[in-house]
Amino acid sequence: MDTFIQQIINGLVLGSIYALVALGYTMVYGILGLINFAHGEVVMIGALTALTVIKLLANSDLPGTLVVLIGLLAAVPVCMALGFAIERIAYRPLRLAPRLAPLITAIGVSIVLQQLAMIFWGRNYHAFPPILPTSGRDIGGAHITDVQIVIVLLAVAIMAGLMLLVNRTRLGRAMRATAENPQIAGLMGVNINVIISATFLIGSALAAVAGTMVSANYAIAHYHMGFILGLKAFTAAVLGGIGNLPGAMLGGVLLGLIESLGAGYIGDLTGGFLGSHYQDVFAFFVLILVLVFRPSGLMGEKVAERA
Amino acid sequence: MRFTAKTTSLAVASALIVFGCGKEAPPPPPPPKAEQPPAPPPKPTLTVKIGHSSPLTGPQAHLGKDNENGARLAIEEANAKKLGIGGAMVTFELLGEDDQADPKQGTTVAQKLIDAKVNGVVGHLNSGTTIPASKLYSDAGIPQISPSATNPKYTQQGFKTAFRVMANDEQQGKVLGDYATKQLAGKKIAIVDDRTAYGQGVADEFEKAAKAGGANIVAREFTNDKATDFAAILTKIKSKKPDLVMYGGMDAQAGPMAQQLKKLGVKSKMIFADGGCTTEFHKLAGDAAEGHYCSLPGYPLDKMPGGKVFMEKYKAKFNVDIQLYAPYAYDAANVMIDAMQRANSVEPAKYLAELPKTAFDGVTARITFDERGDVKDGAITLYQAKGGKWETLETVGGAAPAPAQPAAMGGMSGMTATPTAAAAPAVPAVAPAAAPTTPAEKK
Repeated sequence: MDTFIQQIINGLVLGSIYALVALGYTMVYGILGLINFAHGEVVMIGALTALTVIKLLANSDLPGTLVVLIGLLAAVPVCMALGFAIERIAYRPLRLAPRLAPLITAIGVSIVLQQLAMIFWGRNYHAFPPILPTSGRDIGGAHITDVQIVIVLLAVAIMAGLMLLVNRTRLGRAMRATAENPQIAGLMGVNINVIISATFLIGSALAAVAGTMVSANYAIAHYHMGFILGLKAFTAAVLGGIGNLPGAMLGGVLLGLIESLGAGYIGDLTGGFLGSHYQDVFAFFVLILVLVFRPSGLMGEKVAERA
Repeated sequence: MRFTAKTTSLAVASALIVFGCGKEAPPPPPPPKAEQPPAPPPKPTLTVKIGHSSPLTGPQAHLGKDNENGARLAIEEANAKKLGIGGAMVTFELLGEDDQADPKQGTTVAQKLIDAKVNGVVGHLNSGTTIPASKLYSDAGIPQISPSATNPKYTQQGFKTAFRVMANDEQQGKVLGDYATKQLAGKKIAIVDDRTAYGQGVADEFEKAAKAGGANIVAREFTNDKATDFAAILTKIKSKKPDLVMYGGMDAQAGPMAQQLKKLGVKSKMIFADGGCTTEFHKLAGDAAEGHYCSLPGYPLDKMPGGKVFMEKYKAKFNVDIQLYAPYAYDAANVMIDAMQRANSVEPAKYLAELPKTAFDGVTARITFDERGDVKDGAITLYQAKGGKWETLETVGGAAPAPAQPAAMGGMSGMTATPTAAAAPAVPAVAPAAAPTTPAEKK
């Protein structure tokens, strides 16, 4: 039983990270109908920026949590500027082009960012300095560290904040209007360029938070880390219903749980026939099943409310 | 098939025109004549291309660059010596390619190097890329020396062009397995590997040896060489309460894995082979590194014959620390240059015949090859992480031959005592037979 609880905790932590990254994908898709494949690299830049600042301050007398917070606050504007620039340079000129064109520029931006990060931060892995408390608590024999608790709670809080922003504020209303029909929204006095930029800024800020979380939890950052993470988060967004905010959160958490339970039990369930190397197969098998029966994802792509 | 025929004829063509790759070489006269005149006043210069392949991007880029630096150092030193081979002054040029540690990319890069008419290849880094690429090099007749591919299959395919300067996984997995069951008294052992040719290979050999030593394999789990999250498999392993956790893979996974083990409250120590036995492991695992075990083929850097000097040269040249295999890449390149010098030719077909006769004092060890192209020195050193460093535990000498290949190891005990004497009679007996006629029969 303690193993099962531990696997659930593992899945929740992993899922919260997926969910935060997935929000970035789903917001952009909701508004532009574009899959921003460079989003994973924004997460990577966020992680490496935060880590660079944290490393600089690691030997100072400041408490560890404050150092991480400063690192996070440094990463957020960097990622926001990056997200803004990506949209301005690679997507806006192509807004009226066929859908395939911005998809290709997205992949191009992703490769460029990865190579730039490799040149700037080098090929080596960057280790997270041991400044955070390693304490944790036991729940029914399972163990969860304080950092992991913060990750899950922060993800939930950000999600709630985002829902409030989209549903209760003027900016959110403009975002929903733009998502529904950019031309009409423009005629109604919404400056859609500002709204789209705002979407990228918010998504990139979330990416910075997710990047800092990943490097703090796994104590590692690398210029290549954004690719797999981005792919998984994109999968999570599709699983939950791309374009739908609660869907991204649900998809992220589900994917985390599926991966963790899959890796933990697939071997025993199949009597050793399938091992934990089928963990990804398992996750994508669930994705296929969901898409076969609900082509628009678990929460559906509610066009009217997507944002 | 047509494809291979084409590449072979291409290689033969390039081999016939020895100076094909020379820049100012006299073009028409046939090579043998050019070699004989002892010193014509303007000594012709000759550029010799040596290919190198390793992952320069992706999760193992740090190791890939390390290998390339090692080979580059050897080549720049050779250039500084202004070697004369076959009557011409030779300038070596390193063509460093990126195979991304991906088997598919490995063969693409191999073809690219063959098309660029390289005279030899140092590489690749990973077993997964080295093995498929070795077929192409063999078809093209281009000698290949891998610094770090340790999967046994590489030299067991019967290619006379395939050599390596590092002990293979059969030897390493066995030493690790023996150590885990005997010295560490491991009864319940969990094994994780990254499903690469290297990781799986070394884990399988370890499993065999550990089972033979009476241990019970309580879990066999898998990850991949890009993963950073191991919580799920480690949780499962935790529930089996193993004495030891063996990992077959590289440092980029071993480090975070050690940390996540600690986070889950697992006290058992990890044991892994050379891929995780790096300085990077300590950085990545942080304070969770303490107490884990690993092994490296050959001797520790400070006990290598030329280790200290090499370390200083490397640091002075590249201003970074050695990651892992750089000394082996350096030796591999030097072995190739040495064979060219002895053959007095840079032509692949000619100096290939000299490679099996190698008896080269490298920085890692004295390098001689057995009939398969494996390095004849089974020395494997075990280490334990203490205070942020790998502390040497013991070196298991070449005296423990794997049961499968007693003949190959036979000459080894005498090796260290009288190296030249032992190498000289052993090799000519093998080489003439192996070089011109047998490759087709071998497989």
